[in-house]
Formats: sequence, structure tokens, C-alpha cells
Amino acid sequence: MNINDYSGVFVFCEERNGIVSKVSYELIGRGRDIADTLNEKLTAILLGNNILNKANELIHYGADRVIVVDDENLEIYTTEAYTQAFVKIINDEKPEIVLIGATSIGRDLGPRISARIKTGLTADCTSLEIGEENELLMTRPAFGGNIMATIICPNTRPQMSTVRPGVMQMKKKDESRTGEIKDVKVNFTDNVNRVKVIEVVKKEKEEKGIDEATILVSGGRGVGSKDNFEILQKLADSLEGTVSASRAAVDAGWADRSKQVGQTGTTVRPDVYIACGISGAIQHVAGMESSEYIIAINKDSEAPIFEVADLGIVGDIHKIVPELIKEIKTV
Amino acid sequence: MNFSLKDEHVMLQKLYREFAEKEVEPLAAEIDEEERFPIETVKKLAKYGILGIPIPKEYGGSGSDNIAYAMAVEELAKVCGTTAVIVSAHTSLCAVPILEFGTEMQKRKYLPDLASGRKLGAFGLTEPNAGTDAAGQQTTAILDGDYYILNGSKIFITNSGYADVYIIIAMTDKSKGLRGISAFIVEAEYDGFEVGKKELKMGIRGSATSELIFTNCRVPKENLLGKIGKGFSIAMKTLDGGRIGIASQALGLAQGALDETVRYTKERKQFGRAISKFQNTQFELASMDTKTEAARLLVYKAAYMKDMKMKYSKEAAMAKLFAAEVAMEVTTKAVQFHGGYGYTREYPVERMMRDAKITEIYEGTSEVQKMVIAASLLK
Amino acid sequence: MNIVVCIKQVPDTTEVKLDPIKGTLIRDGVPSIINPDDKSGLEAALNLKDEYDAHVTVLTMGPPQAKNALREALAMGADEAILLTDRKFAGADTLATSTTLAAAIKNLKYDLVIAGRQAIDGDTAQVGPQIAEHLDLPQVSYVSDLLKKDDFVIIRREFEDGYHMLEVKLPCLITTLSEMNKPRYMSVGGVVEAYEKEIITWTCDDITVDIEKLGLNGSPTKVKKSFTKGIKDPGEIHELAPTEASKLIVQRLKEKHII
Repeated sequence: MNINDYSGVFVFCEERNGIVSKVSYELIGRGRDIADTLNEKLTAILLGNNILNKANELIHYGADRVIVVDDENLEIYTTEAYTQAFVKIINDEKPEIVLIGATSIGRDLGPRISARIKTGLTADCTSLEIGEENELLMTRPAFGGNIMATIICPNTRPQMSTVRPGVMQMKKKDESRTGEIKDVKVNFTDNVNRVKVIEVVKKEKEEKGIDEATILVSGGRGVGSKDNFEILQKLADSLEGTVSASRAAVDAGWADRSKQVGQTGTTVRPDVYIACGISGAIQHVAGMESSEYIIAINKDSEAPIFEVADLGIVGDIHKIVPELIKEIKTV
Repeated sequence: MNFSLKDEHVMLQKLYREFAEKEVEPLAAEIDEEERFPIETVKKLAKYGILGIPIPKEYGGSGSDNIAYAMAVEELAKVCGTTAVIVSAHTSLCAVPILEFGTEMQKRKYLPDLASGRKLGAFGLTEPNAGTDAAGQQTTAILDGDYYILNGSKIFITNSGYADVYIIIAMTDKSKGLRGISAFIVEAEYDGFEVGKKELKMGIRGSATSELIFTNCRVPKENLLGKIGKGFSIAMKTLDGGRIGIASQALGLAQGALDETVRYTKERKQFGRAISKFQNTQFELASMDTKTEAARLLVYKAAYMKDMKMKYSKEAAMAKLFAAEVAMEVTTKAVQFHGGYGYTREYPVERMMRDAKITEIYEGTSEVQKMVIAASLLK
Repeated sequence: MNIVVCIKQVPDTTEVKLDPIKGTLIRDGVPSIINPDDKSGLEAALNLKDEYDAHVTVLTMGPPQAKNALREALAMGADEAILLTDRKFAGADTLATSTTLAAAIKNLKYDLVIAGRQAIDGDTAQVGPQIAEHLDLPQVSYVSDLLKKDDFVIIRREFEDGYHMLEVKLPCLITTLSEMNKPRYMSVGGVVEAYEKEIITWTCDDITVDIEKLGLNGSPTKVKKSFTKGIKDPGEIHELAPTEASKLIVQRLKEKHII
């Protein structure tokens, strides 16, 4: 492998049911900056069935060109078909950098591709920079969010990374942008049939996900019961916010798992995060510490949550929250 | 001399702790409050081999030893005194005497079901007029053809009503006194066997404690445990082993109360600081910890001696005497440290204190333990 | 049916704390556990053992103390345990790790290979799919349910917005989610047996693999630097009566233009 043969930044644009996912635009946004720094082109890879018409929009958001594989084998995601299409593009185009969203698809596809083409892959990155020697510096949390590590891939190409959704900024749409759209055909092998999709089930679309909320009222073990979560809901309602929960509260059955904030739940960064009766275990803090403004209410003055709080109140949530709702209503 | 646990015991301790924390502790307050026997827990104990710890694999047991057994009772008692005594009575007072005194046929017939927990065991010695003076047995067993016919009653029988197999002590020949007492394996299904009224107790309230009534109860003669006339000796040896179980229960209660107290004193603030910062608290905690650890050494030593097939009667009595007193002292202090909250059912120390009291009473009161120890000393 | 379960011994990261002064990790006294996703994978395998008498082999790569995790897996009911340990394996990234594990699996009989979705210390989720590629097996990751049917498995594969039901012919590799099941405890008899069994130890010499592809040298990715996130400026902390506390919160929210 002569690494000088490789050039260009490629991002994978994940598409489900004809909708290109948000993380794809985020990757285009960050990929654009990286390509500009390197003075190279940004290519978007779009895989699916009947999706050619989505390609233009990827250019509007910042791609210089789009490589599309439009094939019925790619209608529903399966590892092997997507890997074959992706690997053909990499082998033909020899990109220097490949970015994939760290979704449940990306984190299945990325490692399979990297093992097939025998290059490095860095998982779930939260920061991507270009170093002094034009190498890609991929920074990611590890150890339950306790440490950050910057990873490089010095001797093999492409440099591959999966990137955490919600971290990178997308660019403004610019409909005047133009670019090349390349339609590529792939000869799939029989191996794509080894996994057969027998049913696709979509979950009911829930109310606004906690990752999209701008105000979160979050409850932990100190809330004490499922019933007590109702008062948190009232507080959230008064602020037009959403209720979330710590793992302890979810494990206790007081809140749904989809509401769980933390390393094993969802990472959130709302404008305001109000932690009620949450002690602040490190794995929880890892999922909320980048919130803009953190308010913590806890009766234990030594609770670790106070270490990340901008405003800490030592006291009983059962007494403070009802007062707080009253106070907000007077405004 | 070696004071460190074997790797195997360390791993078992981990298993017991996980099990106790996830399966036993969540039910502890509820079964106490409702005075309900935790039958669902018994099934789980069975599944993980906790009802057959010192029973060899060839009889369907877990094939471990008495230290492993003592540790199990200790870890269970740390979170629930009731669950601990269910295991102790089943194992020490029913499965083990069948293993030690039973014929090969009795072992093959009863141990696989008991050790796997498909059946639960119990033991009946105490009678209304034969408590500490166990020799005053009034239950009789008269041979009639292929059956012994049992008449009489037993009281304060742990696991009664839920047990399937009972070791019952009865008088086969009153004229021979202590040598006229024999032991029997009695199944709950036998005609003439009946469970009487349930006791309402101060502590271990989830444990089933009732009277047993025998009315011409027909026990097949092959169910005589050990030789005829050896029942008193079997009962006393069984209680030696049982004391390791009860001492472990007491030890667990003390440790559980101590753990709760350490946690509470670190959280609870008075006069502007955690009460753990006060020297009185520290001195008391140090003393509670030291006594608990001393009790542990006595308990493990007695279990070790039993494993080594050494005479351990005195050591078991010492372990039980001391651990029970420590349990009572530590749980009482734990309640004191919790103040008003400690007296409420919001915190588990109140239950632990009630549970601890029985360890000074059953399977030989503290006074009986002193008799055993003194007798060994003065012989 | 032969099942190979890949497990990893990890520090219980929920117990790791940051030194508030130095900002460094406090690792002392942090217990080592079987990685939760892997433990659910083992439970899935043991369920197949209970039902179809499958033979379950657990495999781990790590330092000698990783034996504890294998011993625990045996005590839960696994039949056989193999530790891959060699200085040459040290410093491996996911690609080198998966190459090593795949080489070991090639020595074994397998119809199903199971790995946990991701480890709580590395959080990469990459080793499972990479093993599948090295073994040329079809893979399904994010598995929350599994049913064996003749020589197929029916699998529920989770996505953020729903799930797929998949049919895969054996042999295949799956990566399991901890939500899949509640792993059994060890049993007392299992612990006794686990100490009667020998844990098989394999070094570099026991597997067929290009030595260049192992350990640090065989790893395309390198750690350039690692750091803790540092400490945020301390916020304000007050112990106030409910009314005063509420007034203060509202005041701050106003200052932030939230209300």
C-alpha cells in the first residue's frame, strides 16, 4: 500500500426509507472543513434503492461530488451488500479519509469494511482535526467517558472513523452549489443473501426525543417513585421542556429506557439541564456534562453532580420542585 | 496457619453477594411486613445450588464444604435474616444428618431432592415440655410391623408447612431414658402428620414457624435414622452443625447492620457535619467492626474444623454464643446510630435488631452454649 | 451444536471515579467484571446449551488475570475456557485483536460465534464484526433476541428507530446487547466444577497467524495521546429553603433568557 496514492475525503450518507439521516449532513459539514484544510475534494457516498434524486441535496450541503450506488440489494440495510458496495468504491477511488456516522448501521458496517480492506478504524469519535503532517486526529471518549484518546492511523489508508451523531455541525444549505454525481454499478456476490430480512418493524414515533430537547428536567434515584416523576413532568411542562432520567431511575422502572441520559443511554446537550435527585455517577455525567447550563438539586451536599453543576441547590427536591413550579408561573 | 480464603471461596462469596443483593434484599422488608414465607426465593436458591452446598455431587449436591455453606448463610443474613434461616434449617438440620447418619438407601432416596431444592427440609426436636432440657421427649414412636407409629407434637419448627422432609426425634423406649430416643425421617405426606398453628414472632417473620402434630403417624421402619436409641446423640450432633449455620446467620446480621450504619453515618449530618466525623461514632464503629470480625473468625474456624473432620462441638458453641451476642449488640447500636429513623421500618436496622434476638435463643440458647463449652472445659 | 463466546474482562467503569483535584482516573479498588454485553452473549449460549445440549467454549484474549473472567463463565455453565495470552498480543487495536481471536476460533469447531456488542472500557463495538470478516461469516450485530430453527437462527436486530427480524443460516457471528436477557448467576456447583477444570492457555505458538498482524505492530491505529477531560470551573452551590432556592433558580433562568 502506497499511502500517497490515496486522496480525498469521503463521507457515508446513511439513508433509511428514502430519508438521509441527520448525521450524514453533520459528516458533510465536518468533512467539508477537513477537505478544505487538506485542499482536497469532499465526496459523499450514497447507497440505497431509488435514491438518485437525493444526491443533489448532499451537494447543496457541502459535498463536491456524490457517488451513488442505486441497487435493489441496498433497499434495506444488510451488512454484506453495503460492505461490498462500499469496498468497491474505496478500491476504485482510494480515498484518504472515510467518515461514517456512529449509528447502529455505521458501527456494524465500519468494522466489517475496515477488516476487509485491512485498515484502521476509530470508533465513535467526538472530534476530528487535521494534524501537522496532514494526518487525521480522531478523538474519542473511552473508559466510560472518563478518558479521551486521540487516535491516528499512520501507515494504512484510508483513515477511517465512525463519528458520534449530534457532535459535528452541519453547514447551511446552499442551493447554488453544483457538483458531480456519479452512478456506480456493483456486481454483488451471492454472499449478500446469507442474511435474509424477513420483517422490518418501525417503532412508534415518540414525542420529542431527549436528545433533541432544549430543556431537560431529569430525575434520579432521589425522586423515590414513579408517581413522583409526575411532579417533574409538571416542572418540565412549565418550562416547555422534556423529562429524562438517570440509569438508576430507569432501572427502578420509574422512567422508560428511551429517557435515559448517560454513557449507556443518550448523550444530551440541552440549553438547561435540571438534575433532580441525581447523585451524578460518572457514567451519567458523561452523558450530560456538555449541557449549556446545569442546575442540580440534591440533598447530599457531597453528591458528585455538584461538581459539574453551574448552579447547585442542596435541598429536598420534593419540597423545592413544587415551589419552583409556583415561582415559574408567577413570571 | 492460613487466614486467607481459597479462590473458590472468594468466587462463591461473589456469587452469594450478587444473589443476595438482587434476589433477596428487595424482598426482605416485604416478607417481614407480611409475615410471608418467600417460596419464590426458595426456588431461586435451589436453582443456584444454595440448598445443597456441603452435600457431595454423588448425592446431587453442589459438592462444596462447610466454609462455603457458612459464607452463604452469612451473606444472605446480611440482607435478610429470614432467608438465611431457611437455608440453615434445611441444610444443617435435615440434609446433613441424612448424609451423616443415613443408610446408603436413605441417602439415595432423600438427598438428591433435598440438595437440589426440589424438596425442602426441617427438623423437629423441641416440645412444649422439652426445650433446653431436650431429654424430656414426650413424642413416642412404637414399632408396629413395618411401621413406627408416632404420636405427640413438636413446637417452633422452622420451615414447617413448607418442608417436605422432616427429621423427627421421638421416644422409642421410655425406660431407657436418653438411650430410648430415636430419630426418624418423616415425609409431610405421611398419614397422621399435620402442621399446627403458626407462631407470630418478633423477628425472622417471613420464616415459617409452626407446631407439628403426629396422630398415629405411620413412618416406614426403614426411615429410622441411625440406630435405634441413638436419636439423642444424633440430635445433639445435628445441633452442633446447626450452630455453625445460626452463628453464620448472626454474623451476617451483625455485618449487615454495621454496613448500614457506616453508610448512614457518612450521609447523616448533625451540627453541620456527617456524624461519622464524630469521635464517639468512630470509636463505636471500630468496636462493632472488631467484634464482628472476631465472630467471623470463630464461625469460619468451626466450619473449617467440621470440614477437616475434627471435633468441633465446643467451637460451634463458642461461635454461636459469641456471634449471637455480637449480632444483638451491633444491631442495637445500629438502631441507636440511626436515631428516630432507626426505630422506623424505613431503614432495615430495625428489622435486623428484631431478627438478631432469635440467634441467642434457637438451636440452643446462649446458656446452653455455655453449658456445652463449660462441659468440654471441665471434663 | 458448538458455540464459541468471546468475552472480555473489563474494569467496572461505573465504579471509576475522577480525582477531583488532579483530574486523573482513580483505578484502585475498581472491580473487574465480565463485560455486560458479553455476559448476555454467554447467557444466550447457555440457553442454547440448556435447550439443544450445545457445547459452549468461552474465549478471551488478555493478561493472565483474565482467567478470573473465564472461571466465572465456567461457573455459570460454560463447558470449556481458553485464554489467549502472549506478550506479542499486547497493545493490539481492534483489528489486531480480531485477527488474534479469529485465528484461535479457527482452531475450534463452531456453528455460532457470539461476541458482546461492545466493551464498556473501549466502547468500540468493532471486534465482533471484524472477527466475522476474518472468518468469512455472515454477521448480525445489536442482537436482542435469538431463536434456533434447524440450521438457521431467527434474530431480532435492533436499530434506533425499530428492529429487523432476520434469518441467517449457520454458521454465523452475532453481537449481543445486554438488554437481550438477564444473565444467570454462577451456581455453587458450577463454581466447584470451575475449579476442577483447567483453563486452556494458548500463546502465539498455538494459533496459525502472521506474527506481523499481532499486537502493537499489527495495529493500524495508534494512540497519539490520551487525557482526562479536565475539570470545569466550579459553579455556585447554595443550601437554601425551598422558596429562596426557587427564586434563585428562576433568577438564573431569566439571566440565561430561558424564561
